[in-house]
Amino acid sequence: MRKLFRGLRAYRKECILGPLFKLLEAAFELLVPLVVAAMIDDGIAHGDRGLLVRLGLLLVGLALVGLASSITAQYFAAKAAVHFAGGLRSQVFARIQQLSYTQLDAIGGPTLITRMTSDINQVQTGVNLALRLLLRSPFIVFGAMVMAFTIDLQAASIFAVAIAVLCAVVFGLMLWGIPRYRTVQQNLDGLLSITRENLEGVRVLRAFNKQAGEVARFDGQNDRLTKFGLFVGRVTSLMNPVTYVLINLALVVLLRTGAVRVDAGSLTQGQVVALVNYMSQILVELIKMANLIITITRAWACGNRVAQLLEVAPAPDGTETAPAGSDPAVVFDHVSLTYEGAGGPSLTDISFSIPRGSVFGIIGGTGAGKSSVVQLIPGFYRPTEGAVLVDGLETTAWQGAALRARVGLVPQRAQLFRGTIRSNLLWGSPGAGDAALLRALDVAQARDFVEAREGGLDAPVEQGGRNLSGGQRQRLTIARAVARQPELLILDDAASALDFATEARLRRALRELEGTTVILVSQRTASIRHADQILVLDDGRAAGLGTHEQLLESCPVYREIHESQYRKEAGA
Amino acid sequence: MKNGETLRRVLGFLRPRWPLLAASLLLAVATVALTLYLPILTGAAVDLLLGPGEVDFAALWPLLTQIAAAAACTGLSQWLMNLCNNRITYATVRDIRAAAFRHLQVLPMAYLDGRSSGETVSRLIADVEQLSDGLLLGFTQLFTGVITIVGTIGFMLSVSVPITLVVVLVTPVSLLVASFIAKRTYEMFRLQSETRGEQTALIDEMVGGQKVVRAFGRERAVQDRFDEINGRLTRFSLRAIFFSSITNPATRFVNALVYAGVGLAGSLSAVADGITVGELTIFLSYANQYTKPFNEISGVVTELQNALACAARVFELLDVPAETPDAPDAASPETFQGRVELRDVDFSYTPEQRLIEGLSLQAAPGQRIAIVGPTGCGKTTLINLLMRFYDVCGGGITVDGADIRTLTRRSLRSGFGMVLQDTWLETATIRDNIAMGRPDATDEEVEAAARLAHAHSFITRLPQGYGTVLQGGGESLSQGQRQLLCIARVMLCRPPMLILDEATSSIDTRTELKIQSALLRLMEGRTSFIVAHRLSTIREADCILVMRDGKLVEQGRHAELLEKNGFYAQLYNSQFAP
Repeated sequence: MRKLFRGLRAYRKECILGPLFKLLEAAFELLVPLVVAAMIDDGIAHGDRGLLVRLGLLLVGLALVGLASSITAQYFAAKAAVHFAGGLRSQVFARIQQLSYTQLDAIGGPTLITRMTSDINQVQTGVNLALRLLLRSPFIVFGAMVMAFTIDLQAASIFAVAIAVLCAVVFGLMLWGIPRYRTVQQNLDGLLSITRENLEGVRVLRAFNKQAGEVARFDGQNDRLTKFGLFVGRVTSLMNPVTYVLINLALVVLLRTGAVRVDAGSLTQGQVVALVNYMSQILVELIKMANLIITITRAWACGNRVAQLLEVAPAPDGTETAPAGSDPAVVFDHVSLTYEGAGGPSLTDISFSIPRGSVFGIIGGTGAGKSSVVQLIPGFYRPTEGAVLVDGLETTAWQGAALRARVGLVPQRAQLFRGTIRSNLLWGSPGAGDAALLRALDVAQARDFVEAREGGLDAPVEQGGRNLSGGQRQRLTIARAVARQPELLILDDAASALDFATEARLRRALRELEGTTVILVSQRTASIRHADQILVLDDGRAAGLGTHEQLLESCPVYREIHESQYRKEAGA
Repeated sequence: MKNGETLRRVLGFLRPRWPLLAASLLLAVATVALTLYLPILTGAAVDLLLGPGEVDFAALWPLLTQIAAAAACTGLSQWLMNLCNNRITYATVRDIRAAAFRHLQVLPMAYLDGRSSGETVSRLIADVEQLSDGLLLGFTQLFTGVITIVGTIGFMLSVSVPITLVVVLVTPVSLLVASFIAKRTYEMFRLQSETRGEQTALIDEMVGGQKVVRAFGRERAVQDRFDEINGRLTRFSLRAIFFSSITNPATRFVNALVYAGVGLAGSLSAVADGITVGELTIFLSYANQYTKPFNEISGVVTELQNALACAARVFELLDVPAETPDAPDAASPETFQGRVELRDVDFSYTPEQRLIEGLSLQAAPGQRIAIVGPTGCGKTTLINLLMRFYDVCGGGITVDGADIRTLTRRSLRSGFGMVLQDTWLETATIRDNIAMGRPDATDEEVEAAARLAHAHSFITRLPQGYGTVLQGGGESLSQGQRQLLCIARVMLCRPPMLILDEATSSIDTRTELKIQSALLRLMEGRTSFIVAHRLSTIREADCILVMRDGKLVEQGRHAELLEKNGFYAQLYNSQFAP
């Protein structure tokens, strides 16, 4: 948390001046009832019109000075809060980009997005309001009480009691209400998931004629939400009526005591009026204060979450930037991998070596560990045991950026970014010209559809590539990796949405890439059968290593996979 | 839709609540009248405290009792009013949501496919919530605000005309200041929320694609883009927050002016014996009370505008025409034999892009029709037409000789069993999911269906077996297990016709074998339309439809098509190309 507020130090001046001006304004506000008392006791009582005009002008003057100091305070508070939050956002975003894959997996995308957006916004609001009101509201409440004490000790003790009782009611109702409003929100979330589920499953629901059941389910949750909301509302809407009654009861007591004191000559009429005015100032500020405390508590919780993220230590980086010599492109030396928090290992004792310029296939069912092997190569994860060597150097010794510059990775999920086709391809190689990009598109079998789109290379790509089909997205991610002209091209089951013909053409084109080592991951033997070497994975272990023919001969797992896909052909 | 029109429709939803509305209005009048009456009592009490030995205790005690009683009544009527408002709002919002959800069930598929489900969900949840906030605020503050202003002026006039004029004359200043600031601020807030949206989109995209960012070493470039947007956001936010935070001091300043004006005019009038000191305190407390609703009303108006905009979005959804209802004389046969025929079917989602033209096909009961073709060639379109998710544009589809448009959707759809590629399951128990098409099925029947679909063994390994509740569409299950459940779901209904989508690209071999055998069992004796990916399925089909770019290019059996040496042969052979 201390780390979080370090960013506020740059705005020390604003953080001091803001509350200071706010206090100034409050002080002027507290003087008003005194001026009015003077108008009644000195002006009206003695019929002094000149004094009345002067006091009236004094009221206007107080208002003006109050306005000026309050605007100044608002400016400083807004400046400190907004700039602090802006800096924090940039800092947190930079930190996210330093987290290791393991850390990213553990924290999760949705959490990171909430931290970056709503949490930091809450912190901003909290800082802003704290600078503006944290000193002001208590100052007015207790200031009014102190002022009352200066007027009359006995009458003022009524204030102390009234403030205590009001505090109890206001905070009591809020404490009661907050957790229950959270439940209301949960009920609303329930309604939201029913609606979303209904929309996502609309085809199935209509196919099974389930509309009536869905409506009944929705109505049930809708009624629950309404009933509970009404219940919470019944209690929390007591706030204004009850405080109103209490403050007026205090007023009755005040008038009663005042009457006795005035009769005895120890208090004037004007002073009673001043006391009445202070009483009404208290109520307004007390409610503001209660709201402020809620906002600040919430902001504090959000701030804590953001601070936790900042406290995550970034992963260490290696130093090597150039390969040692003409070693094999990739070597796995008795590699095991257990993901953090996982129950068991995802890879166990995997060893193989991929010569430069060759094609290497990896096959296995879901969860066999194919992606784990692939993600170890660019150093996204560190092996738990053994070593992964790229160009003769351990991945942990490589400087991350230098290692990844040699690798063109096509991940399983075809992810594109908002922009144009060109801007997406340039991720692979910034500064590449049209010719290079078109060549990459050719290899990826994507040139036809890119050229058919309006704008060609400059055709827009929406967020996540929504405006492209699954197969088109896959081919563009392949082109992005090819555009890098990488030493090592990795396709992680990246052709699953392509039809047979296109996939075959793609495989041919990849084979023709000069000097590039290609790693193909697939679930289908057809996609990898022509590779120079094939690794068969079964439940994180190597079940076989060799060529298609060798494996058919020696590896039962491979044979089973192959026959399930070609059974009829084998019989034919 | 214009605001007036939207308001009229919101009022339409309020109509059934008119007794509560009337009660709320009456209570608001009572509350305000009592609130305004209290300062008069207080003022009268102050007037009794003239000075030492001059306090009229005999008159004071009943006054104090009255104050206490009036305060208690005010509190009570205010609370009752709040209760009425709560009830009106919650009930209205519940009705709007229920109407909207019912409408969702009859919306044409074209509408639902055309936009993200998130957008529609947000109309039903977030927009309606905003409307509810606006309504509640409108009732509680707009009503009482207006009544307070009118009442205060009335009461003040009854005490002193000149001082009232002072108050009324300062009012426009307050309104001017508020609207001046609101106008400036609106623009700033718009810029702020636009930029914030831009930033959130970037965060969303880059956090989601963080691994790709790393793989391509784009951290620096992404951070630069983020900082550029962040800089703009900081600038706009500062302006928006600062300008909007001026509103409060500015209106408070105007209040202070009113207060000073009343104080001066009142005390001068008191010197001239126009009013008493007690009446002056009445005026001072009115001056406070009177300006407050103005500030509140300007806030409420913004909130109401916002609420109306949200209501308009909800009504827009309600106004989307429902799908063509079943014909009044539509037949609803109990079962079908399964003879399906397509005659010269034309179809397109948009008029510009023709997808299917002149497609004709006959499937006898029990036959298998395989649909093959490259990705995006319109294979799922055929499913949409058979299930009548969409209606054909030309030609017709018949089942057992009856055009499907002369049947009720309910009976047509119950004649088909559908297993799609995206396996959708409901947040409910496994049992309920399997029994989706036949909720009255016995536990034995459900289990039998699960056994046939090879799903029984993994279900029994789950912690609660068939009673296990699937959260979030069965996230905890593997893709293959979900698919097996979908098959069991259809297995239980035993429909005469089937629609299957075979794509199983992310399923491991053993599960795939199970799925294949379950599907084969399911297809026995049923007319089946299969979006086929497996060569074995294709080779054994009674008829293969080869689609390309939405058009049917070839049609026939495997051997015939190979002989033809056309597009199908090309597709088929590519499987074995190096």
